[in-house]
Amino acid sequence: MGRYAIQRLLGVIPLLFVVSILVFMFIHLIPGDPARLVAGKDATLEEINGIREQLGLNLPLWQQYVNYMGDLLKGDLGVSVTSGLPVTDMLASRFLPTIILTFTSLGWALVIGLVIGIISAVNRGKWPDYIGMLTAISGISLPGFWLGLVLIQIFSVELGWFPTGGVDSWQSYILPSFTLGAGIMSMLARYSRTSMLETMREDYVRTGRAKGLREFVVVGRHALRNSLIQVVTVAGLQFGFLLGGSVMVETVFSIPGMGRLLIDSIGFRDYTVIQALLLLFAAEFILINLIVDLLYGVLNPKIRYASK
Amino acid sequence: MSDNSTVTVHSSVPEDTLAKSPATGKFRAFMSKFMKQKLAVISSGFILLLLVLAVIGPHIVPYPPNEPNYDAMMQGPSAAHWAGTDEYGRDILSRLIDGTRLTMVVSLSAVFISAFLGTILGLISGYYGGWIDRLIMRGSDVMFSFPDLLLAIGIVAILGPGLSNVVIAVAVFGTPSFARIIRSVTLSSKESLYVEAARSMGAKHNRIIWKHIFPETIPSIIVNVSMRIGGAILAASSLSFLGLGAKATEPDWGAMLSMGRDYLSIAPHIVYYPGLLIFLTVLAFNLIGDGLNDALDPKTKN
Repeated sequence: MGRYAIQRLLGVIPLLFVVSILVFMFIHLIPGDPARLVAGKDATLEEINGIREQLGLNLPLWQQYVNYMGDLLKGDLGVSVTSGLPVTDMLASRFLPTIILTFTSLGWALVIGLVIGIISAVNRGKWPDYIGMLTAISGISLPGFWLGLVLIQIFSVELGWFPTGGVDSWQSYILPSFTLGAGIMSMLARYSRTSMLETMREDYVRTGRAKGLREFVVVGRHALRNSLIQVVTVAGLQFGFLLGGSVMVETVFSIPGMGRLLIDSIGFRDYTVIQALLLLFAAEFILINLIVDLLYGVLNPKIRYASK
Repeated sequence: MSDNSTVTVHSSVPEDTLAKSPATGKFRAFMSKFMKQKLAVISSGFILLLLVLAVIGPHIVPYPPNEPNYDAMMQGPSAAHWAGTDEYGRDILSRLIDGTRLTMVVSLSAVFISAFLGTILGLISGYYGGWIDRLIMRGSDVMFSFPDLLLAIGIVAILGPGLSNVVIAVAVFGTPSFARIIRSVTLSSKESLYVEAARSMGAKHNRIIWKHIFPETIPSIIVNVSMRIGGAILAASSLSFLGLGAKATEPDWGAMLSMGRDYLSIAPHIVYYPGLLIFLTVLAFNLIGDGLNDALDPKTKN
């Protein structure tokens, strides 16, 4: 286990390195002169040169990367071209809403997804299974932005139960987290059904039944506990889906989070902020995958870790 | 037994009695398994209808989809306008029909590009192994580190907004998972006896890959193409919704929804219908994907 953990930790370093190069190259991959694009159509040559210098684009490429990495390691993500504020400060206030949104979504998606999955597995081939799986595949197929708008129309505009947007109270997170969690809930329902069906075929489940345990105990204590490990792993791996979806949900519900900032920054061609956000999203995702992998090792010592 | 008419929804003819020649036998077995899945069959009918609309749509629309009519702004559904009109008085049904082509072209071309690139990369990676395998797989790891849609958003941020860039972004975003799946099929197929035999007879790498291994990967390619189309429609319409895809003037389902957002409280139908159509289309593709998966996957019996 110790060796596995170290191996896995060391494996992340080159990945982060390559991701940082890609994100750094972002501004150089843009067709045309980024400084001119940032400055706008009416900018004078002097203004364009000023921006070029501010972005460090006048230096040789390797020098730019060394500077970029140096600043990055010091926690400096550069200065926003449009607002003139340090990007780190801009992100600080945007981080929390996105984190709350993604984790609450994950939380309810896990609970409901598991419940649907278990009910479907226990009633395999009967109508609850049918309804459960139809709900699940519908959830995967729902466009998040549409679900969000429909929920706003029904629960905020018509019924007035929840705010239409913003993050003024905990109630304002209910509709967004439901919207964001719908897709992942469906995936978890399907996955936990498959996983439950597999574990329910195991010998220890048969033994449990044979010694006269009630079905509830067999399902709850034996089958569920063992498929839970796999379901939690999948939930972690699907975290990227939540991070990607947060962009959409934050736009629909006007939540001042990182996703909303990303879309605004693309509109303003604020390349330093876009770069910082892409890096942050990727780093967060890599970190969560790492934690999930390590947890999996802790929870499931039976697994032998092949390097592939 | 005539060719296809006898295979009905309730057909329970065992596979082995169907086998005449290996190819038609396989196809019949597949069809009988697929036709048993009613939802997948209904979905195929729905998608077929959409494909027909994509071709003949512009000729049968009740109103010109892009012509404003300021006397009929934001009207709810009625006999004259079945799905109502939008903020410029344009007929929403006509725009939805007209937009079918756009949706199909964008999502299908993105998925086909992913499948093409992913298959080639997966075959190379799985067959040759060694440094090229490591390079391709580490490359896909790097792309997988950008969560979901964010990779596509990043690509559009570089290339600039527009539907052709959305196709590129969604295609690039879908390629690594194809590559991984095809690689794993290649790895197992590479070890099989007939590949061994071909190799011992001195067949060249290219011939082994395309003549012997590639056909083995086709079921996986079909399943994944069908599973990915729904996701591609969602991704493309999401990008349009965020203002990174279709222009506001184009009759794109995602863009229509995005425009209708501002009128949600007074004219929710502008948002409801395009979204419902996206949902049903994605659902249909996903159900077909599930059906194909069950019919083509040798592991699922029954």
